[in-house]
Amino acid sequence: MPVVKRVGVVAATVVLLLCCWELYRWIWTSTGWTWPFLVNDTSMPHLWTIAKAFGQPAQVNQPALITVLLHKMLFTAKEAAAGFAIGAVIGFALGVILVHSRLLQRGFLPYIVGSQTVPILAIAPMVVVWVNPKLPTGLQGWGAVAVIAAYLTFFPVTINTLRGLQSANPRALELMRTYAASRWTVLWKLRVPASLPYVFSALRLAATASVVGAIIGELPSGLQDGLGGAIINFNQYYSIEPQELWATNVIAAVLGIGFFVIVVLAERAIVRRPPESST
Amino acid sequence: MSDAAPTVVRIERVTKTFPQGNVTALQDIDLELAPKEFASLIGPSGCGKSTLLRVIGDLIEPTSGTVTVNGKPARQARNDGDYGIVFQDAVLFDWRTVAKNIALPLEMLGWGRAKRKARVEAMLELVELGSFAEHHPWQLSGGMQQRVAIARALAFEPALLLMDEPFGALDEMTRERLNLELLSIWAQTGSTVVFVTHSISEAVFLSSRVVVMSPRPGRIAGFVDVDLPYPRSVETREEPRFFELVTEVRELLRKRGEHLLPEEAAALE
Repeated sequence: MPVVKRVGVVAATVVLLLCCWELYRWIWTSTGWTWPFLVNDTSMPHLWTIAKAFGQPAQVNQPALITVLLHKMLFTAKEAAAGFAIGAVIGFALGVILVHSRLLQRGFLPYIVGSQTVPILAIAPMVVVWVNPKLPTGLQGWGAVAVIAAYLTFFPVTINTLRGLQSANPRALELMRTYAASRWTVLWKLRVPASLPYVFSALRLAATASVVGAIIGELPSGLQDGLGGAIINFNQYYSIEPQELWATNVIAAVLGIGFFVIVVLAERAIVRRPPESST
Repeated sequence: MSDAAPTVVRIERVTKTFPQGNVTALQDIDLELAPKEFASLIGPSGCGKSTLLRVIGDLIEPTSGTVTVNGKPARQARNDGDYGIVFQDAVLFDWRTVAKNIALPLEMLGWGRAKRKARVEAMLELVELGSFAEHHPWQLSGGMQQRVAIARALAFEPALLLMDEPFGALDEMTRERLNLELLSIWAQTGSTVVFVTHSISEAVFLSSRVVVMSPRPGRIAGFVDVDLPYPRSVETREEPRFFELVTEVRELLRKRGEHLLPEEAAALE
């Protein structure tokens, strides 16, 4: 599809969704339906109310909400990006180690899977307590949040790296044997390149997960500089000014989508494979 | 063949049994291949021809017997890069260009960049794919992909080329064209070729010697020396002698009871 057409489709979809929101509002308020929930200016503020909120200061003597939120977004983006990087590297390394040992796979895989069944909110406070004191001043606070984001990131990367490394064509492995290739050479010349499509589909998941992890990680750390702090803050005023929480959600979504798009673009640049098998 | 003749491949009393299902894939195989010989292994499925090829390449270890390649044990020959191999599928790496695919074994051997580049160009010339160097494998037809695989196998000038039904997945016309091309490449490189196929006419057309194998257990049923002169051409397939040799191979295959059930074949032994 040409770029212009693609952008057009995306824009049309966004407009359609926005229209759905207002249409839903209009039907529910005019009929007075209360299922599944009562629709009013608090539960579903008008889109233009949310849009207007961006331009106004949330508190007196503060810049416009959009300026505040963009600063907070950058802070959360820093945490998420660092968490994503740490998680991706650890996840990939774990996959590489596990593919070479069936014993380790059997021993560790259940715990790796198990690690993800523990709610992130339950772990976040401990990570903050453990990690923060050991960090240099520049990393204090946000460094611990990055570790929490990494905790959500590494898992899909480990699982898909393992699968991807195992996906190498058996004939290709035989070919490498005819070259008397070492494990290391087979890894870098065959297994890793063959695994990249798998790794990247995990990285796409991890990109959005790292943003969620960063936002949630901010909650127990008491950080006010990021989107997590803003969400907690605006939550308390929701019954009076719901549009501010909605505005924050929009920014958080933009950040998540931004991360996703960066990974997709990186994948396009790096992975060479037949066009019909691309996803 | 006299004892004094140098051999590229020497197989002595090789037996291979697979413990799963207690299958005897190869039994007491003896075979010697001279330099520049083009030998085809032909037989019905299950006769162990692909297993024999892999035993020569030290990709499968024989249960008993010895395999010598270039005067060395098969293991050492593999480690020394004494042979190139071509499979039924081209097994090209999608993430590499055609040129980089051909360069793969050269990278493994530690060749320098300039030396690699020169050799890759020569190989592309040899398989007539000069203008496709920067293409990726999926942009090539099946026949072209297989030519790249042949170029990759021959890039480091191995004394021996192992081919496992390399044209089996191609259509008849492409296959016959590639047969001709393979003969011209072989004439230029002078490697010894072991060529596994289940096509009688392909075996006769290409080979200087056809090794006929029979199944259950896999053994050599006989040899047919192909006395058609090289270089061979499209007309070779129309010569009376070609048909005689095709018939000879077919009879050998039939005599060994490929159409019989295993127990009937065993009764013939």
